[in-house]
Amino acid sequence: MHPPPSMIVFTVLTGLGMGMIAWVGLGLGDWDVTFGWIAGVLALMIGGLGGVASVGHLGRPSRAWRAFTQWRSSWLSREACLMVVAKVTFTLYLGLWLVLGVEFKLLGWVAAALAMATVYATAMIYAQLRTVPMWSGTPTPFMFIVLSLTGGLLATGAIKGVITGETPVLYALAWLVVAGGTVVWWTQQAAGAGRSLDGSTMETATGLGSIGRVKMLEAPHTGSNYLLKEMAYQVGRTRAFQLRKIGAIAGFVLPLVLTLLALGVGGWAMLVALVCHIAGMLALRWLFFAEARHVQALYYGMR
Amino acid sequence: MTTLPEQTDRKLGLVIDLDICVGCHACAVNCKEWNTGGYGAALSDQDPYGAEPEGTWLNRIHTYEVKPHEGEAQIIHFPKSCLHCEDAPCVTVCPTGASYKRVEDGIVLVNEDHCMGCGLCAWACPYGARELDAAAGVMKKCTLCVDRIYNDNLPEVDRIPACVRSCPAGARHFGDLSDPTSEVSQLVAERGGMDLMPEQMTRPVNKYLPPKPKDTPAPNLNLAKLAEPETKGFLGWLDRALEKI
Amino acid sequence: MADGSQPVLETSPHVSDEVRRTTCYMCACRCGINVHLREGPNGAPMIRYIEGNRDHPVNKGVLCAKGSAGIMQHYSPARLMKPLLRTGERGSGEFKEISWDEALDKAAEWLGPLRADPRKLAFFTGRDQSQSLTSWWAQNFGTPNYAAHGGFCSVNMAAAGIYTLGGAFWEFGSPDWDKTKFFMVFGVAEDHDSNPIKTGIGNLKSRGGRVVGVNPVRTGYNAVADEWVGITPGTDGLFILALCHELLRAGMVDVDYLRRWSNAPWLVSREPGAGFGLFVRDGDGKALVWDRATNSAQPFDKPGLEPEMKGTFTAPDGGKCQPSFELMAAKYLDPEYAPEAAAERCGITAERIRRLAAEIADVAFNQAEEIDYPWTDFRGETHATMVMRPVSFHAMRGISAHSNGFQTCRALHLLQLLLGTVERPGGFRFKPPYPKPVEAHPIPNSLVTPNAPLGGPHLGFVREPGDLALDEDGTPTRIDKAFTWENPMSAHGLMHMVISNAHAGDPYPVECLMMYMANMAWNSSMNTASVMEMLTDKREDGEYKIPKIIYADAYSSEMVAYADLVLPDTTYLERHDCISLLDRPIGETDGVADAIRWPVVEPHTQAENRDVRCFQSALIQLGGKLGLPGLVDDDGNPRYEDYADYITNHQRRPGVGPLAGWRGENGGSHGRGAPNPRQIDRYIENGGFWLEHIPYENLYMRPFNQGYQDWAVEMGFFDKPFPYVFQMYVEPLRKFQLAAEGHGEHQPPEHLRDRLKMAMDPLPVWWEPFEQAQVDNSDFPLHAITQRPAAMYHAWGSQNAWLRQIHGENPLYVPGPVCEEHGLKTGDWAYVSSHHGRIKVKIARMDAVNEKTLWTWNAIGKREGAWALDRGAPEAKRGFLLNHLIHELLPPRGDGLRWSNSDPVTGQAAWYDLRVKIEKAEDSEMSEPRLGMQNSPANAAPDALEYGKDW
Ligand SMILES: Nc1nc2c(c(=O)[nH]1)N[C@H]1C(S)=C(S)[C@@H](COP(=O)(O)OP(=O)(O)OC[C@H]3O[C@@H](n4cnc5c(=O)[nH]c(N)nc54)[C@H](O)[C@@H]3O)O[C@H]1N2
Ligand SMILES: Nc1nc2c(c(=O)[nH]1)N[C@H]1C(S)=C(S)[C@@H](COP(=O)(O)OP(=O)(O)OC[C@H]3O[C@@H](n4cnc5c(=O)[nH]c(N)nc54)[C@H](O)[C@@H]3O)O[C@H]1N2
Ligand code: SF4
Ligand code: SF4
Ligand code: SF4
Ligand code: SF4
Ligand code: SF4
Ligand SMILES: [Mo]
Repeated sequence: MHPPPSMIVFTVLTGLGMGMIAWVGLGLGDWDVTFGWIAGVLALMIGGLGGVASVGHLGRPSRAWRAFTQWRSSWLSREACLMVVAKVTFTLYLGLWLVLGVEFKLLGWVAAALAMATVYATAMIYAQLRTVPMWSGTPTPFMFIVLSLTGGLLATGAIKGVITGETPVLYALAWLVVAGGTVVWWTQQAAGAGRSLDGSTMETATGLGSIGRVKMLEAPHTGSNYLLKEMAYQVGRTRAFQLRKIGAIAGFVLPLVLTLLALGVGGWAMLVALVCHIAGMLALRWLFFAEARHVQALYYGMR
Repeated sequence: MTTLPEQTDRKLGLVIDLDICVGCHACAVNCKEWNTGGYGAALSDQDPYGAEPEGTWLNRIHTYEVKPHEGEAQIIHFPKSCLHCEDAPCVTVCPTGASYKRVEDGIVLVNEDHCMGCGLCAWACPYGARELDAAAGVMKKCTLCVDRIYNDNLPEVDRIPACVRSCPAGARHFGDLSDPTSEVSQLVAERGGMDLMPEQMTRPVNKYLPPKPKDTPAPNLNLAKLAEPETKGFLGWLDRALEKI
Repeated sequence: MADGSQPVLETSPHVSDEVRRTTCYMCACRCGINVHLREGPNGAPMIRYIEGNRDHPVNKGVLCAKGSAGIMQHYSPARLMKPLLRTGERGSGEFKEISWDEALDKAAEWLGPLRADPRKLAFFTGRDQSQSLTSWWAQNFGTPNYAAHGGFCSVNMAAAGIYTLGGAFWEFGSPDWDKTKFFMVFGVAEDHDSNPIKTGIGNLKSRGGRVVGVNPVRTGYNAVADEWVGITPGTDGLFILALCHELLRAGMVDVDYLRRWSNAPWLVSREPGAGFGLFVRDGDGKALVWDRATNSAQPFDKPGLEPEMKGTFTAPDGGKCQPSFELMAAKYLDPEYAPEAAAERCGITAERIRRLAAEIADVAFNQAEEIDYPWTDFRGETHATMVMRPVSFHAMRGISAHSNGFQTCRALHLLQLLLGTVERPGGFRFKPPYPKPVEAHPIPNSLVTPNAPLGGPHLGFVREPGDLALDEDGTPTRIDKAFTWENPMSAHGLMHMVISNAHAGDPYPVECLMMYMANMAWNSSMNTASVMEMLTDKREDGEYKIPKIIYADAYSSEMVAYADLVLPDTTYLERHDCISLLDRPIGETDGVADAIRWPVVEPHTQAENRDVRCFQSALIQLGGKLGLPGLVDDDGNPRYEDYADYITNHQRRPGVGPLAGWRGENGGSHGRGAPNPRQIDRYIENGGFWLEHIPYENLYMRPFNQGYQDWAVEMGFFDKPFPYVFQMYVEPLRKFQLAAEGHGEHQPPEHLRDRLKMAMDPLPVWWEPFEQAQVDNSDFPLHAITQRPAAMYHAWGSQNAWLRQIHGENPLYVPGPVCEEHGLKTGDWAYVSSHHGRIKVKIARMDAVNEKTLWTWNAIGKREGAWALDRGAPEAKRGFLLNHLIHELLPPRGDGLRWSNSDPVTGQAAWYDLRVKIEKAEDSEMSEPRLGMQNSPANAAPDALEYGKDW
């Protein structure tokens, strides 16, 4: 699939923002108001940025509001609605806590739950597409959630670290989540990339399998078109491998090292860890699209 | 609205005969010609006279070469447009409600006034039957010529899709596939009309009639059998032939 | 609609303000179209939609890809807008716009003086559908140098058909689609019958009939064929004669049909001397047969005869003679024609040839039916029934565009005759005004008188050496050397030789070359690069070797750049035209038809300061200025205002004019009748065409059907009935053979004798294609051919924004085994070379193709700057022409002569004889050769289209 920058930025930032909302909402750890302000507002801003990016690839952005109407059937619509509800709930929770000083834990947990539901919905936009087996045939939602939590935890940790210079116990946990994320990412993405279009072949696509092996002789057009650009995007093996390395190192290995380092050198190292992680995520999300193969490409002879 | 109707009153669709499609592109071009001035936005073309010409089409003709296990390679021309699936994933994914399947005839349409051009429906379609128009920013697809088939401004006989009307080989048939007595249903029954990518579970309404077996010599014949005993040679035979006249 | 309701649709939107019915001209098939007009933004009518006309005899409602893209052709940015006068060097494409008055004055100024020596004008037209006007104009000018494009197109098909059957596959007949059960198609990609063939094959297969495609490439019709015979190019003659051999051997031959309806029983003289091999005739020239009953020689058309089909008899003059049937049978029964002898060359096993012969015979004879059909033949004998032979054949350039094409087409007609399928129900049937025997066609004229019309029509059918276009000392009288010993039966002229001959001043120089609708500076010529040079080559005195070139085109083609004066034509939707019975008529096997085009939109409304004129009108006006006989009245004033005026009022013979429908003052008579001032309106009211059905009893066996013959006279096809029998044995050919053998006063040059003896055989023969016979086949082991793409029309399709998305560039298709041998895969680049040149192209692997044959789509490659396309257009960057490899002459063979690369009987260009080799090349961005770019006199093209947005 064609990797649209807007989509990559959108999914990565929203994931991060929602992850932060989740952790802040859960309210584990000894957090003061300063932390609350910075983390809360940042979470909302990052999530907001993602939202803006998502409009980027629309043919008719002015009609984006209509995306709130189809929550009954459409995951994209659900995502849009959930995102808003999650942010509103979280803002309410923040307001009560930071302005009125009332820490309404339950509300925080609801916000956290909604945030994860939003990430789940985002993932389902892709996971529902039987036409892209690499997305539908693998635990895409699980990966999205784990990665969102990883980012969220790194971010909250980083903020805490920078404010206090301390290294809270959460790091160990962060460490684990990051590791978990790694594993999930590995099984899902690296393995998934190689996965063939299960079930659908040029033969089933054309119904000509009973005659013999099918090959495209002539495309309907000698130039390109929307379908080829959108669905038949292909990334070179070496390029993919490079990006996967970068993603692995920047996204997980470095953050791991840095979180451990932070114990010694101080919390600010967490900030660096976060930045690396985001960079890594962008690379991996690019691959998530670029490596996914759409069954439509079969009609153009791309097995 | 993007929830699919429980069922539709009729299932209008196309039946395409791969045995006689000569791959002439008439249906595709005539489709573009009718629809660029018809339903919704024009089917635009980018760089039409330049280095990278491309445009929006609702029907495209592929050509495949098929190698049997033994025997000569065959060539099959393969027209492809929206199959108006009963379980149309393109409809249920649509966040704006622009994509829908009509209750009365099962035609899958895009309400271009509501489409925000996100492209998700095109991703959801296994068949490549939807193209986002670069100029209009909305999703285009085969309308089954909904602006022809009921159009009182056209003579009765012409209330059929443009592609069907123009196909020189008569390889395209239009009708109600929910009615077992319809010409299309009977063709499907007789010729074993098939679904494309059944494993995608879209339940297409359009059906494809498979090509008949090729290069199979007509029932075993040889001249010796037809021929007069050759003994007296041709001119001998000629005498007898002339006697008979 | 979150509330779950569907949007309310307008299912009866306004379609168009008006529908105007005319004739398509996106190709030569000439289908009827309904043009839907709708008011555009600026108030002018615009084309909303074009669909097929259901009532039209040709397409019966369907429309092909090209026709459906008519809108883009009509609004093409490459349209010429005003007359152009060259300002830069020839080929540069630099012009200034001038007015029509200036343009016509200029043309008159150039042409006027030439009437004193009319040969100095060469007027050649391309795919001209107004040949009855253009040739008549040229006749009145007095030049012998006129022809259209048939000579490089398919004259082999036409000539073989006319000489043998009195009608050809090419446009003059078709399979009996409704009744045939077995259809064998040789070498057809599209043909001029584009839509009818598709419809016919579709119906036939849907009825359960069987289609066999004989073609090196398995695309199009061959892809849907039930059986594909991937024959090796140039060998069809062998294959067909092997089928004949098998049928004869098995006695699967319709002897009765041959005896009554062909010259098979005609007695052929076996007396050595000047008459050897000619028919034995009586006092008034009637061919004789040997009647078994009276045991005497009798005129063939006498009723109640029982002609002998074999035996040696003594002619009235005492000479020995034999029925031609026996000569034919003896010839093809020879093992030299056995399947075994053909198999390897053709790439078809002997068993398969036998099986196919058996299948054909089985359908022809075991599935024949006798239908009640009372009719009377020209001998006056009446018949109650008619035999239906449901076997039909069709063929086009695949067999005709070879140097053995004429005799190969003849071989196919022989096969049809042996089976008795011509003009029978279920077989091959003619489209009126055909059938029409050679005798009903003119003998070519080239007799020039200064300031006077030519002796008669330029083109025709020679009967004997005396008819050749040679003057006393044997020099050709025509610039293209048609009707000479090199190619005696070049019935359509030799347009492909004009530029090289004019350039060489051989047989004589010309002053002005006037052309219409032929892209001779590109895809229409062999050896394109040299032709471009010839057009720009200068004499010592700095004048071009071809001093003046006047060209009429509607678009900014490659040829436009080589003209000195360009006459901008209308598009097909802006013009008057007539598809006339005097020309290449439309029509169907069951009816006679002709048609018109008319301006469904006026040019000036279709673009800003668009000032174009229908070429035929311009030609008529030019004729008026020049005061040509026929084009001016007795006091020298122009006789016709424009083409429409000519179409309505011109009479070729009393009562016979360009259009046959609604003649007579009140439009009451058809076929014959006085001019009708409202004739064109009547056509428009009727959908742009006229169709008269043939009375049922006259539908079949028409050459011999008395009823049909009388009807044909009524319709004005002939002035008296013209019954004839099929010419299985073609005597005119034998007359040239006799000359070559040394008989008669007209003698060929020595170096041509042997070739004439071989080629002018009165019975079909096969010889190895010349190029193949001459080049070393280990150097050039492969064949290379082109095919028409269904969705493109030669060069002129590429300016079409929709069609060029389908065919924007053309790969060279290479057979799998050849790919493996040369390590080639799809997307690689390769050099392909012939004895003449080398091209660099992108290849694609293909397996459904003859193992020795490379092929590509025809005429996709373009010259940079032409057709209002960007310089980087894929057509110019990666597209290519095979033409660069093809030469109009064969390679030198050491006898000091350059033989022409054409059929020795008709001079038909042998496009498909090409032999090549292929080598892998380094990857590349551009195909080669690159022939530089031309400036475009056309308006700049838009960079996006949203056609129809306004509605
Ligand atoms: N769409 C479209 N239609 C057209 C045209 C066009 O440009 N586009 N052009 C029009 C014109 S001008 C003409 S003359 C006609 C030509 O009509 P066709 O003769 O049908 O056109 P060609 O492309 O010359 O087709 C030649 C066919 O013969 C095959 N062939 C080549 N060599 C041999 C051989 O040795 N034996 C056999 N059996 N087959 C062989 C080729 O593979 C090809 O399929 O088409 C007319 N119709
Ligand atoms: N390699 C190879 N070469 C071939 C052939 C092949 O099979 N292989 N086929 C040969 C054959 S059979 C033919 S017929 C020729 C065809 O080749 P051409 O006769 O050159 O055909 P086109 O290039 O399509 O059209 C000729 C010109 O007509 C112009 N034209 C189009 N419409 C109009 C109009 O309305 N009015 C006027 N005045 N001009 C118009 C076009 O702009 C173009 O410049 O190609 C020949 N060349
Ligand atoms: S028009 Fe008919 S024959 Fe031509 S491509 Fe379409 S379906 Fe096939
Ligand atoms: S073919 Fe594609 S676009 Fe058409 S209904 Fe089915 S899924 Fe939707
Ligand atoms: S592109 Fe339009 S129709 Fe398709 S899913 Fe998006 S909004 Fe719906
Ligand atoms: S039904 Fe209409 S819209 Fe659909 S492919 Fe045919 S012509 Fe195009
Ligand atoms: S075959 Fe196509 S292009 Fe040719 S006349 Fe008919 S519709 Fe027009
Ligand atoms: Mo031609």
